[in-house]
Amino acid sequence: MITKNGYRRIVIEPVTRVEGHGKVTILLDEAGKVARARLHIVEFRGFERFIEGRPFWEMPVAVQRLCGICPVSHHLCAAKAVDRIVGGEKLTPTAEKVRRLMHYGQFLQSHALHFFHLCSPDLLFGFDSDVANRNVLGVAARYPELAKKGILLRKYGQEVIRVTAGKRIHGTGAIPGGVNKNVNAAEREYLKKDIDQILAWSEESLAIAKQYTVDHLAEIAEFGSFPSNHLAVVRADGAMDLYDGGLRAVDAEGSVIFDHFDDQRYYEAIGEEVRDWSYMKFPFIRSLGMEHGWYRVGPLARVNACDFIDTPKAEAARKEFKGLAGGKPVNVTMAYHWARMIELVHAAEKIALLLDDPDIGGTELLASGRRRREGVGVLEAPRGTLFHHYRVDENDQIAMANLIVSTTSNNEPMNRAVEKVAKDHLSGVEITEGLLNHVEVAIRAYDPCLSCATHALGRMPLVVEVVDAAGCVVDRKARD
Amino acid sequence: MSGPVTILIDGVEVSARPGQTILDAADEAGIYIPRLCHLPGLAPFGSCRVCTVTANGRPCASCTTPVTPGMIVENDTERLREMRRQIVEMLFSEGNHFCMFCEKSGNCELQAMAYRLGIPASRYPGIWPVRDVDSTHPDILIDRNRCILCGRCVRASRDVDGKQVFGFVGRGHGKRIAVLGDARLRDSGVDVTDAAIDVCPVGAILRKGTAFRVPIGQRRFDKEPIGADIEARKEKP
Repeated sequence: MITKNGYRRIVIEPVTRVEGHGKVTILLDEAGKVARARLHIVEFRGFERFIEGRPFWEMPVAVQRLCGICPVSHHLCAAKAVDRIVGGEKLTPTAEKVRRLMHYGQFLQSHALHFFHLCSPDLLFGFDSDVANRNVLGVAARYPELAKKGILLRKYGQEVIRVTAGKRIHGTGAIPGGVNKNVNAAEREYLKKDIDQILAWSEESLAIAKQYTVDHLAEIAEFGSFPSNHLAVVRADGAMDLYDGGLRAVDAEGSVIFDHFDDQRYYEAIGEEVRDWSYMKFPFIRSLGMEHGWYRVGPLARVNACDFIDTPKAEAARKEFKGLAGGKPVNVTMAYHWARMIELVHAAEKIALLLDDPDIGGTELLASGRRRREGVGVLEAPRGTLFHHYRVDENDQIAMANLIVSTTSNNEPMNRAVEKVAKDHLSGVEITEGLLNHVEVAIRAYDPCLSCATHALGRMPLVVEVVDAAGCVVDRKARD
Repeated sequence: MSGPVTILIDGVEVSARPGQTILDAADEAGIYIPRLCHLPGLAPFGSCRVCTVTANGRPCASCTTPVTPGMIVENDTERLREMRRQIVEMLFSEGNHFCMFCEKSGNCELQAMAYRLGIPASRYPGIWPVRDVDSTHPDILIDRNRCILCGRCVRASRDVDGKQVFGFVGRGHGKRIAVLGDARLRDSGVDVTDAAIDVCPVGAILRKGTAFRVPIGQRRFDKEPIGADIEARKEKP
């Protein structure tokens, strides 16, 4: 409906099948052309403020409550930061390997959740397929075996977390300078008995994601796609490392912007911009400035930025993946799914290796050293590079906290994807639910955790309102 | 000195010594009366009222009431259980109790009591008071957000440590545990070996460097519910 004020405003609120709450606004001009589209993050959490004054050792357990999907990321990232405060950043082999096992368990469950529960309906049925079936229950009805594997992959990852952290969600395994438990012989055998099956299912998942990308390349190559910089943590030898390493940024062509940058000085490389229409900040690479310094994080960025993956099946898949762009970074937004499943296989391979490692049963759990008043933790969360930065006062209480959550780094890319899809697919046509889902498909590729919230899973209602420039709702469609 | 007296607790005959409190007699007989402020070795205080029973029909705190011959005590009745639930829920509403990231979780008597009494959440709105943390001591911390004013630290510091480091100041909602009136822990002369540091039932007085050291599954109340140790004393029939 055209209003006398010129623009029509379409609101998608909330965005569905993502973690957390967000909305999309699309402004249409009189001719029905998309003038602007934005993704707004409408929740305010305030963690950085209300942890001020709390004892620093609470951080790994308190801050993980940001999220119910990948709390292990926050748990371990905060632990890495407070390791520095107790001078215990050089972990014992047991502590590092138990933490890594927890982390790979989380990658397995989080990536499986995203691929099977949240995204597979779009990929299996089509972006504008019947909305009544375009959900996880529709997948379970039509592809019961596939749905079952997805659920069991996630369950296995959750069990790895339970064994290492004490609980499937919000455990206490990582403490300043190490861990509070090892993996005993019984727990090791319990996890080992299913790992071959998990590896096989991970490879099947990878094959599905790859096949989807290859089969649909013509239609998805440009879908919400654009050249971008990519940021990831890499090991000293350039390998993908999800738990520890230096920061590497590459541009759209693969040229290095910075490499092995010390994570303790991340703020010299990365800045954060605030815009008045979203509660989420916009990080950027300082050397490139606010306008050009935005970058992507997450599976696509990691597979693009690393030199190799140190497990054979994931490495073979990486080489194939990079072939998509002749060895240069892949900038296809929908290729996030393929990259994510490469990491699923990598996580399963790493779990298998760690379960054969005698160190995970060791008894040296804690390290300590010279006390510090400040610590930074950086790691790769399933959704991308995660930064936790704390300063403590002389009484061990938090004086300053800064968190850059993975999805924050993908803020600008997601906004660009939203705008591109809106302009490519919604301009000058009658807007249908299926077309609006295209916008959400582009957002979902990033697997955003919009609030890092605990309560967001499930099918949320979609409300589309047409609002005139004066802010009056002139039309409304709801999907319950 | 006269001989033992017999009382009835929920219809069960219990032998007690003259002058013994109802709660102590019940403990010896393996009957658990829920309590938070009482701790063996410290003088009875009667402040939390969780141990309220009826003695010959009158409600009283079992930790401070001596037995009398033939006394008829009600303990595990729905009316008393409901009253205890209300008291514990009010304690949750009065302070800032965030079990999900509290280092005392799994070892906390307040949390364990809520589980034992079947409290999923407080029915009363939270007051969310503004309270402070004193972390000035290198080894000890007081987080007043979690204090339930049970007075165990007050009694232990005075009667066991002979120091009187902790005391109550203020009235009503403003009542709080103070350190030497208005000092900071660092200046108080409290020591990490003091008995007063180990008696806190909640996460208000804490020993630094111990947080989350015990994995989930091995904490005190992961193994058995609160009171199970007392109930284990019951003679097998």
